[in-house]
Amino acid sequence: MSKRYVVPSLTFAGVRQGFWRLLPLSLFVAAFGLAFGLAAVQTGLSTTEIVLMSATVFAGTAQFAALEMWGAQVPVLPLLATTFAINARMLLMGATLYPWLGQMPVGKRYGSLILLSDANWAMTLNDFNQGRVNAGVLVGGGFALWLTWLVGTLVGMAFGSGITNPAAFGLDMVLGCFMLSMALAGRKNLRTIAAWVVGGLAAYAAYRWLPENSHVIVGAAAGGLVGAFWVERQS
Amino acid sequence: MIAIADHGALLLIALMALVTLVTRFGGVLMMTFIPLGPRVEGFINAMAGSVLIAVLVPIAVEGDPGARLALLATGAMMLGFKRPMPAIASGILVAALVRLV
Repeated sequence: MSKRYVVPSLTFAGVRQGFWRLLPLSLFVAAFGLAFGLAAVQTGLSTTEIVLMSATVFAGTAQFAALEMWGAQVPVLPLLATTFAINARMLLMGATLYPWLGQMPVGKRYGSLILLSDANWAMTLNDFNQGRVNAGVLVGGGFALWLTWLVGTLVGMAFGSGITNPAAFGLDMVLGCFMLSMALAGRKNLRTIAAWVVGGLAAYAAYRWLPENSHVIVGAAAGGLVGAFWVERQS
Repeated sequence: MIAIADHGALLLIALMALVTLVTRFGGVLMMTFIPLGPRVEGFINAMAGSVLIAVLVPIAVEGDPGARLALLATGAMMLGFKRPMPAIASGILVAALVRLV
């Protein structure tokens, strides 16, 4: 293992910095909290249930999927399997942070991951790769996303009917555009591009022909294999 | 099947939260059992970018013109100016405008 992995710092100032850096994006993501709050009320969940779900699950796509399966009787195993399949991308995201987080004490390591989500992961990894090893981006950014998700849910429950269609304002594209910008902001070489192409094609094939929600895992694993066999020469 | 009457719904939500937390912790936990050699390092580094691309694939292939042009605008802005916030803003704006007409 190379020596360039520094132990991330986790300080109050770092967390606060992460919070403010991700707050603007979080406010847009909150539009989906609104949509979720409204959809959950319409599905018939109680106030307590909706608030608890947004606060403890804190995973938008999985929560929307749960609403589709909700009824007087809910199939438990399919619900949990769907939740796992949709959120399995976070297993991969966590793994990519390991070279840095693995050097932190166990409590701080897993504590930093409690609010792991797409946006704070992407920003943290970009920072880590550029030598800014502040785990506060993960924690503070996660808190900004969590807080706005929860507030968005509450507002959606209370006044949902006015803002039923976030897609009309392009808000469904916030996370997608963010992910793309993070991919393009990182260091690129022939090897990364090869991994993207292989990963993208594999994800497409999985999306077409494999079970639902498998495309991220399949694409990421295929892209990863490119990196495993095309090893970067250590300078 | 769990009936959502009584406290069934709360139990379901707790189970969902638990499964999600497992996915949040699981990646780092699994890696503690795998020695970090050059190949493993190469795998997770290449996987990082591929996760981002894989998430975008369904939007790029099945999305409406607004979604696709939004990605195109963000991509072009990133390649041109390398600043994420303006790039994301352009993407959202493009999606909103395309859907308006």
